Amino acid sequence: MTKIPVYLDINGHHHELQLEPRVTLLDALRDRLGLTGTKKGCDHGQCGACTVHVDGERVLACLTLAAQAQGRTVTTIEGLAREGEMHPVQAAFLEQDAFQCGYCTPGQIMSAVACIREGHAGSDEEIREYMAGNLCRCGAYPHIVAAVRQAAQEVAS
Amino acid sequence: MTLELSLNQQPAHARQGSSIGQPLTRRDGFLKVTGGARYAADNHPPGMLYAVLAVSSIARGRVAALDTEAAKAHKGVVEVMTPKNRPALAIDPDAKDNPFMFRLDLLQNDQVRYPNQSIAVVIAETLEAATEGAALLSPRYEALPARVGLDGAKSFVPRGVGIGGPAVQHKGDVETGLRSAKTRIEATYETPAQYHNAMEPHAIVVAWDGDRLSIDTPSQGLAMAQGRIAGLFGIAPENIHIRSPFLGGGFGSKGMISGPQVLGILAARLVGRPVKLVLRREQMYGPVGHRAPTRQTLRMGMDGEGRLTAIDHHARTASSTFDDFFEPAADASHTLYASPAIATSHDAVRLDTGTPLFMRAPGEATGSIALESAIDEAAHACGMDPLEFRLRNYAEVEPMTGKPFSSKALRECYRQAAETFGWASRPLQPRLMRDADGFLTGWGMGTATFPALMFQAEARAVLRSDGSGLMETGAQDMGQGAWTAFAQIAADGLGLDIDRVEFRAGSSDLPNAGIAGGSGHTATAGMAIHNAGAAVIARLADLATGNEASPLFGAGNEGVLARGGRLYRRDDESRGESYAEILMRAGLTEIEAHGKGAPDPASQETYAKHAHGAVFAEVKVDPDFGQIRVTRLVGAFAAGRVINPRLVRSQYYGGMIWGISFALHEEAITDRRSGRIQNANLAEYHVPVNADVPSVEALLVHEDDPYVNALGIKGVGEIGITGTAGAIANAVWHATGVRPRRFPIRIEDLLG
Repeated sequence: MTKIPVYLDINGHHHELQLEPRVTLLDALRDRLGLTGTKKGCDHGQCGACTVHVDGERVLACLTLAAQAQGRTVTTIEGLAREGEMHPVQAAFLEQDAFQCGYCTPGQIMSAVACIREGHAGSDEEIREYMAGNLCRCGAYPHIVAAVRQAAQEVAS
Repeated sequence: MTLELSLNQQPAHARQGSSIGQPLTRRDGFLKVTGGARYAADNHPPGMLYAVLAVSSIARGRVAALDTEAAKAHKGVVEVMTPKNRPALAIDPDAKDNPFMFRLDLLQNDQVRYPNQSIAVVIAETLEAATEGAALLSPRYEALPARVGLDGAKSFVPRGVGIGGPAVQHKGDVETGLRSAKTRIEATYETPAQYHNAMEPHAIVVAWDGDRLSIDTPSQGLAMAQGRIAGLFGIAPENIHIRSPFLGGGFGSKGMISGPQVLGILAARLVGRPVKLVLRREQMYGPVGHRAPTRQTLRMGMDGEGRLTAIDHHARTASSTFDDFFEPAADASHTLYASPAIATSHDAVRLDTGTPLFMRAPGEATGSIALESAIDEAAHACGMDPLEFRLRNYAEVEPMTGKPFSSKALRECYRQAAETFGWASRPLQPRLMRDADGFLTGWGMGTATFPALMFQAEARAVLRSDGSGLMETGAQDMGQGAWTAFAQIAADGLGLDIDRVEFRAGSSDLPNAGIAGGSGHTATAGMAIHNAGAAVIARLADLATGNEASPLFGAGNEGVLARGGRLYRRDDESRGESYAEILMRAGLTEIEAHGKGAPDPASQETYAKHAHGAVFAEVKVDPDFGQIRVTRLVGAFAAGRVINPRLVRSQYYGGMIWGISFALHEEAITDRRSGRIQNANLAEYHVPVNADVPSVEALLVHEDDPYVNALGIKGVGEIGITGTAGAIANAVWHATGVRPRRFPIRIEDLLG
């Protein structure tokens, strides 16, 4: 399969890649760019572990071709902290023990950042609904809700 | 909780500290929230190739043809591994020397014995090429009819169930007990096949260097994995280095090394380059274990006061056609309710499935939902409140063996959980409660229990002349918090502040920490750490008390206590000196000692050891459509000493959410014609999402246990699922008047 040039803007860094058109954004991040914080749980858009932001909106990287992200701004879990300071959502996840095995966590955190930004963190019920696309098999959900609630308050204040 | 308490069974050295019992945040937490935690599939050694499995789309038969030429012709494909060119192994993958040695499918022949069995491996320069190559193999099969379902084959009584316990057991005469009963119930419950579905698919990154192996793969039992691979390849275990610092969930499916992981090693051998092999989600429904389906019949008799006169619990289950694992569901009736007569029995059929395996609370979870449902039915038949009925039949000694419990704070669990939930106002009859929106509301309860198991573990402790300490054990963190809880135990064991302790784990070149399973890892490896700490402190005390220049001279080993990096005289705490001073005077840069963790055989013989809990559930059911929502869960658990309440609460929540899943969501559906699993993906195999999980509360009930081990630790990882699933089923009955008898509970069962 012929490779095509793909220009990606990820976490503020510009990357120029030669990729087969079939390469997903998820596999480009993990296998070509070494950004392995974004996880593959199902590769079918069913679990949310691969959630990243494209132009600030949550997107499933496994259902997005890398070429589709060209000319857009991609943020992954590695791009959330600023100068070593955790994002308030990251800090809240740590404090509330909102994860166990940690495998779904990057996707949960990317969803949570967007959930708050979308204005969907107004109540526990709303958080549960708008975080429902990210599976956690360990069952950290009650603590995820607590973390999103806490971070939403911090972001608002 | 002070440290003197934690060490009062270890009189040699009283140490004080503050790590055990503290709700520390996870020490690996920063890595996990920033994407820096490196899981197996995140590794990428130079020159690495990608391997992708091709798996069978039939349940039984043989592979007649594979188009390896088409796969090889695809650009980027390097090699296709089939039974024809698979490198030799030192032993037959079907050899079985012990019950923990499971038979593996390693391309030993062209036979297919379950759906999603590995039939070839395609190795390529890119993941995309390997994936496409696997699709191009276009296998042709000679298929045979699949044996499906609990009536799909001739049944037999297995030689052993679970880890080898008797399939049939009894005490007293159940038939006499039933005949003498005033009230009797009999009910049959069905539970489905379930798949672990850890979020992290099984993965391996492997590189050969001569006959040495470097491996990154998730493992709940590093030493066992190392031993199994060594046996298969005929190489020394010490030539195999496995790293497993983080598991993306295990739940039992990563307890034994699986066939696909070994195929990754074979693929690397074949091509002479490092290889990464990651299972696709659908490929996890076959070769990496599952929870077998069960059909359980319970018969109970009660006297005029609601006392049990007999419990008879029979379970039918299934294993694969080629290996043995039998879900010990009926054994759940051994430990919870007092009865003069108890009988438990199992039989099984062999089906064309992958071999079932341990899955979070194996036997306990399946057995609990049936037992707790039946107890609820029995209480109702006697006209009694379900809590009152359970208290009436409270077991003061372990019912099956008559042994006293090492500790049992179950009454306190019932009391605290019932009070928090508000159970007292529950009407006895069903269908009497509605919420403001007209939804049928029901309250149910269940008792939780899980054995306090210990296995074997070792640890190595070091004290250094700079005043710091090191603790090493090859422990595995699959999310339970090993990195944190063990560091806490290590800090107290070494008498150091936790920040002065370097803790190493998750690698096979460290002392064998045993298995992270059976809810026994914290107790077992924790005791190894504790004992290694005590041993190295004893060496340090010898150096000090035997040296005239030390203020501790002559205090004797027992006369010294360790705290905050210093040893003190027990009879005069104003006299002491730092570890660093003692080591420097002795001219030593460091001293080390080893410790072991294992069950105490004497107390094993004397006591029954279990954690207990009580779970109360509220459900709301749409009266027209039958849709069920769990709206409230309150659990109270007593499981001995709590090392870290923040992490323990997370374990209870996780278990309780698995209980919701067992009652309402999870089920692998097998096509009766083809034997294939119809919903082998995370969209159609339902696990709870955030919106399925209501307000959950877990109360940590204080419990001192002087007999389980010196630290008083039981286990918390699996108990939450028991009790919860039954509580939800019983709440559904209380809401609707319909008794759920097959799980997950379906809308159509409520609508009749």
